[in-house]
Amino acid sequence: METLERIIEEHPFFAGLNDEFMDLVLGCASNVRFPKDAYIFREGQAANTFYLVREGNVSLEIYAPQRKPIVVATVGVGEVLGWSWLLPPYEWKFNAHATADTRAIALDGKCLREKCEKNHDLGYEFLKRFAQIVVNRLEATRFQLLDVYSAQK
Amino acid sequence: MTAAAAQLDAMVPCPGVVRQVVKDTPDTFTLTVSRENEREQNAFQPGQFSMLWMFGVGEVPISISGDPANREQLTYTVRSVGKTTEALVSHKPGMSIGIRGPFGTGWPIEAARGRDVVIVAGGIGLAPLRPAIYEVLNNRDRYGRLVLLYGARSPRELLYRKELAAWARQPNTQVLVTVDYGGLGWHGNVGVVTTLFKSARLQPANSIAMICGPEIMMRFVTRQLGECGVTTESTYLSMERNMQCALGFCGHCQYGPHFICKDGPVFPYAKIRPLLEKHEL
Amino acid sequence: MEEEVTAAEKPRNRYSKASGDKPAPERALSLSASSIQINAAPAIAAQPPATEEIGAGHDARTRAILPAARLGELFQALAARGFEIVGPTARDGAIVYDRITGVADLPAGWTDEQEAAHYRLVRRNDQALFGYVVGPQSWKKYLHPAEVKLWAAERQNGAFRILNNETKPAPRAFIGVRACELAAMEIQDRVLLSEKYTDPIYAARREGIFIVAVQCTQSAATCFCASMGTGPEVKGGFDLRLTELLDGPKHQFLIEAGSERGEQVLLEFETTPAGESELRQAEAAVEKAARDQVRSIDQTGIKELLYENFDSPRWDDVAARCLTCANCTMVCPTCFCTSVEDVTDVTGDHAERWRRWDSCFTLNFSYIHGGSIRVSSKSRYRQWMTHKLAAWIDQFGSSGCTGCGRCITWCPAGIDITEEVRAMREGDIHGNA
Repeated sequence: METLERIIEEHPFFAGLNDEFMDLVLGCASNVRFPKDAYIFREGQAANTFYLVREGNVSLEIYAPQRKPIVVATVGVGEVLGWSWLLPPYEWKFNAHATADTRAIALDGKCLREKCEKNHDLGYEFLKRFAQIVVNRLEATRFQLLDVYSAQK
Repeated sequence: MTAAAAQLDAMVPCPGVVRQVVKDTPDTFTLTVSRENEREQNAFQPGQFSMLWMFGVGEVPISISGDPANREQLTYTVRSVGKTTEALVSHKPGMSIGIRGPFGTGWPIEAARGRDVVIVAGGIGLAPLRPAIYEVLNNRDRYGRLVLLYGARSPRELLYRKELAAWARQPNTQVLVTVDYGGLGWHGNVGVVTTLFKSARLQPANSIAMICGPEIMMRFVTRQLGECGVTTESTYLSMERNMQCALGFCGHCQYGPHFICKDGPVFPYAKIRPLLEKHEL
Repeated sequence: MEEEVTAAEKPRNRYSKASGDKPAPERALSLSASSIQINAAPAIAAQPPATEEIGAGHDARTRAILPAARLGELFQALAARGFEIVGPTARDGAIVYDRITGVADLPAGWTDEQEAAHYRLVRRNDQALFGYVVGPQSWKKYLHPAEVKLWAAERQNGAFRILNNETKPAPRAFIGVRACELAAMEIQDRVLLSEKYTDPIYAARREGIFIVAVQCTQSAATCFCASMGTGPEVKGGFDLRLTELLDGPKHQFLIEAGSERGEQVLLEFETTPAGESELRQAEAAVEKAARDQVRSIDQTGIKELLYENFDSPRWDDVAARCLTCANCTMVCPTCFCTSVEDVTDVTGDHAERWRRWDSCFTLNFSYIHGGSIRVSSKSRYRQWMTHKLAAWIDQFGSSGCTGCGRCITWCPAGIDITEEVRAMREGDIHGNA
């Protein structure tokens, strides 16, 4: 757990979190590992965990009929995978496909949700951080939609 | 280049011969051209462009995309988007081509000495940056880290794929590539080029950034660079406008008070920052 | 073998803030590889043009009186020196510039009535030879022509060869050059004879022009050169300066030399030295022309005014009136934009590159693959006005506007650049739509 503690403390996502909250978080954390090609979670499954990727690479995919799954984004080292655990309906919207051997810190979302309900200050700290991630993703996605590299005729 | 030779190239195309045409992507080709005249005339600054002329069809500005150390040939990466570029890419080896130039301002190679060089390219924007990459790799000890962030629409629209792999193996060099749309068989990053920043190992305080790509992309990237701590004074962009004479006479390439053909195409970000946000400038 | 013709010194002028008073750099005029030839410039054109301000040591320059009836002698003297004379003449309801051979071609007894979107030739009640201001054309018609072939090329066995059989135009004398027009020439000199690149066509045409300037003794309602500091007094850059003095039956010219060349010409005909009363009469006439001006542009902080008003709703107001017809750019003496066109003949083996006047008002002007940058008429009007009055200062060290008023007269919608500046300064959004 000591190694875990250091990893979480140093992770940018948790920067600025006070000791009390850090302990609450640690209580919900564990080390996990996924071999190449494993699916970390699938569309439609209950979302009760999020991950801090430490090694490897994860593709977020959408299943399309008659086609192989479409990769909409990739999540790499140092990034946060999954936010559907935070807000209802607590269900994954995409598949998370490990495209390499991937190691991550898993955080028990159900556990954290309960702690956030009891302690709204902790809840606010999480929502702030996730809001930032979602905003960044939204901006990037809008940029992606612009299809700037195509030749306009 | 002697003053006389410079004036000669200014208005009248110099004959060149196409030596090689390589297809990079479905609509982009790299042409290698040699000229009969002195090697001096093939000297250029990374970031500069030539006016390439197809006999009787027209003339277009194309960035020089080759190695500045190679004086035997000039290399151009051309995307077929209109009548003249279509004619250019249809060249066969042995055909003649007219060349005027080189024109314009180049990347801040001198200012980059002793600093980390961050190159952010989008789509065909990698073409005018490639000479800067060659310059750094040819003189490795003059520069710090080299970080290349490159985004394209899809894997088959990536330019210079073999070279990207070769550059990634160079000392103190990081090459990160991403595509907007992944498709089959792509195991790399999917997402816009700004998503590569978090994986880039930068020392922002001592970095100089050179950016080229569609204007929207450059706006997103400069914002991201700023958030990473690279100053506006250390950031350079390559701009594009309608260009006809390349000499500052025809007036078409004006961007605010700047003539892109002679005050650019490479600009320090600080100089054009207020202009980038203006609609229909 | 390169043929280098030393370009003559640029006429000194008050607007060279950018280049200061350093001498003009030597410029290779013709671009020669062995396949390019131009006809050797006739000796006469190698003479330096007017270079001095009349103020600088003007006591040393000849100031004489020539009766109007003998003005023809000036034409003869210039023709004898091999100059093709170009000057004003009345035709098709306007005063235009064309080759003229004598005084009979001048618009004697005519004046121009000008207002926004209005130009009429009206009979005077005297026979003044230069009793008007400026017509729709400017001297750029000759110096920076509307259509010119840059070069031609031939293709043989896949390879091409550039040919250039351009003949240098005959040396010209311009008669009737107004102060604002001289200012315009100096402004275009800074654009086309820059330190980095020289337009050889402009340089060849500009070099050696013999300038007979005429001081305006009246102003049109559209004139505002006084506020732009470009007139009506002609201050330099000429060979001879005329001021028409019409006092009842007495019709004469104060004729003054502004250069060595001008002195030489003056020596050829009999004149009487100008007396104090005539000098004062001339001065007063020019001053009256300045006082008579009803329009003006306040130049204070004009660059910042325009740059900062990029998003002003006033532009929408102008856009509602502007037809983007490009008339203003055609008549403006300093507008220099051109487009380049490559053409071939039917066989495809002979190609030519032509250069034509273009205008930032056209939709295609700012086209890059995918579309034009300036699509709305608002953006195009804003581009023209901001460039002319503000960006030009950053680019060339002076305003691009000489206050000649042509753009006001020849705009079919009557858009008035002086009014637009005033409105912008006062935050006045709604114009006279």
